[in-house]
Amino acid sequence: MSEPLLNVEDLEVAYKVNGGEQDVLRDIQLSIEPGQTVGLVGESGSGKSTLALTVMRQLAANAQVRRGKIDFAGRDLLGLAGEELRAVWGRELSFVPQNPTTALNPAMRVGEQLAEALRLYGASAGESSAQATELLKQIRIAEPDRVAHSYPHQLSGGMQQRVMIALALSGQPRLLVLDEPTTALDVTTEAAVLDLLQEAVSQRNASMLYVTHNLGVVATISDRVVVLYAGELAEEAPTEQLFRKPLHPYTRGLLDAVPRLGQHKDQRPLQAIPGQVPRLEDFPNACVFAPRCPLAIERCWNERPTLDAPTPDRRVRCHRWPEIAADRVSAHREEAQPIRTKTQRVQPVLKVEGLNVSYPVSRSLLQPPASLQAVRDIDLVANSAQTIGVVGESGSGKSSLARAVIGLVERDSGNVELLGLHLPPRLGARTREMLSHLQMVFQNPDEALNPALTVGESLTRPLVRLRGLSAAQARQQVLGLMAAVRLPEDYARRFPGQLSGGEKQRVAIARAFASQPELLLADEPVSALDVSVQANILNLLAELQVEQQTALVLISHDIASVGYLADQIAVMYLGEFMQTGAAENIFDPPYHPYTEALLSSVPPPDPFVEQKRIRLEGELPSAIDPPTGCPFHTRCPRFLGDICVQQTPPWRETRDGKRIFCHIPEDELVRIQEPVLRFEESNS
Amino acid sequence: MGTALFALFLLAAILGPYIAPYGSNEQIVADARQAPSAAHWFGVDHLGRDVFSRVLLGARDIFSLAGTGTLIAVAIGTSLGLLSGYRGGWFDELLMRFFDSLLALPALLLALLLLGTLGTSRQSVLLVIIVVYIPIVARVVRSVVLSVKTRAYIDAARIQGESSARILFREILPAVLPALAVEAALRFSYAIFLASSLGFLGVGVQPPSPDWGLMVNEARDTLSQTPWAMYFPAAAISVVVMSVNLMADGLKRALQVGIVI
Repeated sequence: MSEPLLNVEDLEVAYKVNGGEQDVLRDIQLSIEPGQTVGLVGESGSGKSTLALTVMRQLAANAQVRRGKIDFAGRDLLGLAGEELRAVWGRELSFVPQNPTTALNPAMRVGEQLAEALRLYGASAGESSAQATELLKQIRIAEPDRVAHSYPHQLSGGMQQRVMIALALSGQPRLLVLDEPTTALDVTTEAAVLDLLQEAVSQRNASMLYVTHNLGVVATISDRVVVLYAGELAEEAPTEQLFRKPLHPYTRGLLDAVPRLGQHKDQRPLQAIPGQVPRLEDFPNACVFAPRCPLAIERCWNERPTLDAPTPDRRVRCHRWPEIAADRVSAHREEAQPIRTKTQRVQPVLKVEGLNVSYPVSRSLLQPPASLQAVRDIDLVANSAQTIGVVGESGSGKSSLARAVIGLVERDSGNVELLGLHLPPRLGARTREMLSHLQMVFQNPDEALNPALTVGESLTRPLVRLRGLSAAQARQQVLGLMAAVRLPEDYARRFPGQLSGGEKQRVAIARAFASQPELLLADEPVSALDVSVQANILNLLAELQVEQQTALVLISHDIASVGYLADQIAVMYLGEFMQTGAAENIFDPPYHPYTEALLSSVPPPDPFVEQKRIRLEGELPSAIDPPTGCPFHTRCPRFLGDICVQQTPPWRETRDGKRIFCHIPEDELVRIQEPVLRFEESNS
Repeated sequence: MGTALFALFLLAAILGPYIAPYGSNEQIVADARQAPSAAHWFGVDHLGRDVFSRVLLGARDIFSLAGTGTLIAVAIGTSLGLLSGYRGGWFDELLMRFFDSLLALPALLLALLLLGTLGTSRQSVLLVIIVVYIPIVARVVRSVVLSVKTRAYIDAARIQGESSARILFREILPAVLPALAVEAALRFSYAIFLASSLGFLGVGVQPPSPDWGLMVNEARDTLSQTPWAMYFPAAAISVVVMSVNLMADGLKRALQVGIVI
């Protein structure tokens, strides 16, 4: 082993909050060798961002390093101040934040910002702008001159993040600290940014400390993984070992809670970790994970485990790791039963034909008002007790589709039928019966509940309004609803501000099911939640849906969770469906070229999956002037030529029951496409 | 601090008639033009009226005038702001452009214009306060509504078939209240200011009422002989306005409202 570049020892950090002190990190050990990428994983509240900021010496004013040492390239990083720190920042140690929009100066051209940094690191005034363009070229920006002359707001989020990376690399640093740099990006962009990062650091032999909550990203990018839980290091191991055989029950829990590509609820259900990340005023003299651990024994409650080293390159903080390592116990939760999709009489609930939705956009005074076509000629059928997943990246129109069906935006044209009833476009024109048959779960649980109403009040309203119950009857029913989403009764008197994100989403789900709807629309129901809670919510949706024989339309950017829950999947791009078909064979060719690229971009939370690499070039076209012919032709890796530009593609029915919106005939697709994903048997 | 000062004035306004040593128009001719003393804390004006009593009694007048005006303006402005922000479209556009045109005129000019048409009386001053502040309140409320109405819980209420009235008053209004409380306090202090200004200009409350602005105006002619007759009512105006502003500031911090004063 070579000398580590970064070595963190016994680090303890606390925040001053309301007069008291709250520990956020305790006894952190971390070392990074030159050229190595260490992934730092944890849920919100685990202290991962605090650790990254401590290493950057960028902690907030109310944070205090209580104890510990950080050695960086032979220097005591915590002892540096003022000019010494400035000499390290950028040149040896640099940072890529989550949100590039606020990190770039909006009033300065991108090229100038880069040139300014380069001058700071010693380039002469004359050569700095040429070097800036060169740097942009190195990180594979297609038109470096145009980008250099743009202001940040003229660039897409993915492009801005590339510029941030260029900026971080401009001083030739030896360590890059990245805080969720791709979390705000679409998967296809994320994949390209991850490629770029890997290439850039390996060329420079730089190291990375990569902070993320996404296990897929960690599996893809890191050599070693550090798992943080509630401010403590739970486990550290080389990536493959960690995924193959996690020794800490929390790591096991995380891995079981994330849907793999191809995992389906009726074969292998997700297993959620019960409870939530604790907020620690004082660290207990016990294992911090004990309250949520399936293997907790008495010792775990009375004695804090030490950080052991089972092998020289692994560390774990658990009393029972020797038993886990020897396979004598397992943190797998066996009780979860596969969720049976009882296929009784399946009947169509929702029929959508030729749906179009557009929004007026005012551009400038001189141009005529334009319209943004968010949804174009969509047909959709949803069956009772079945789930249709709609997958698409941001801007694909998937949310507009849901909002038009439920009536929150008015459709321009098209027909929406619910149980044979024609649904008028305007919400106000729909009858109480129509409203009660159609409900929705929203993305952000923090905004889905009125903060001024108690949980009980929020749940009472749909019962009174839509089911016509009296207030007293409704109060009785509320308890039943809360039990169905497994919330204790006394929560009825709480306000949303007193609930965690997962609990709020449960209330929102209970509210949606209150009117016993025939169809439930769920728009990104888990994307704002922590990994360990997501599984819970997905399973809850699936269970309630089966119980109530409700049709579910699940809208998500996450193809793995859609694949897990859905029976049918539609892939959406720029307002149109590209491909529809059964969920079980979405991972097998033939695919629509866009589906193929999408599958190839998702970082699998599994280092043993072999994934073909297909990257999309260019940017998502504007829906104000969508491309002619096939909407995907501007970025399609399998672009044929003029036919794609001039003619609208046909819907082709494949032998395995998919429908694909492409000019390439099925036989040709079969010939040229290999499966994007190959699953190696892993022992998990 | 602001609250304590304000409480003092409020107390004065309520108890004024009971603690004032003299009547508001009671003339003690013998003591006319006397400087502040133990008998006349704030001195006596050129007509022989006790300034302390007049300031005390004036507090009641101006508080009730500004208070009523603010209350009505807030009630109407809030309703219009809620409706305008939530409905949007041509209604919002029309109302807001009308309010813009009102706001384009300086408040005092608008007040003079109105008073010129209506004639000067206490009722007219009240009306002026209401008309001048409705657009301001409505705009503040509307801006909060615009940010709240895109939240998912409003969508959730809509797909439950809730009526617009319930959405406005039960779902949206609670979110508006913090900003509204701060705004109301500020409007109250500016209403005092406006009423006093009008009194000073001689178009507001008419003599011989113990109106602070009016008192400042009346004492102007005899400034060299009885400066106290001007200083004390003027000080009363500024201290009240300041105390209410301090209070609004504290309120804002306590409620964590992100609005700019």
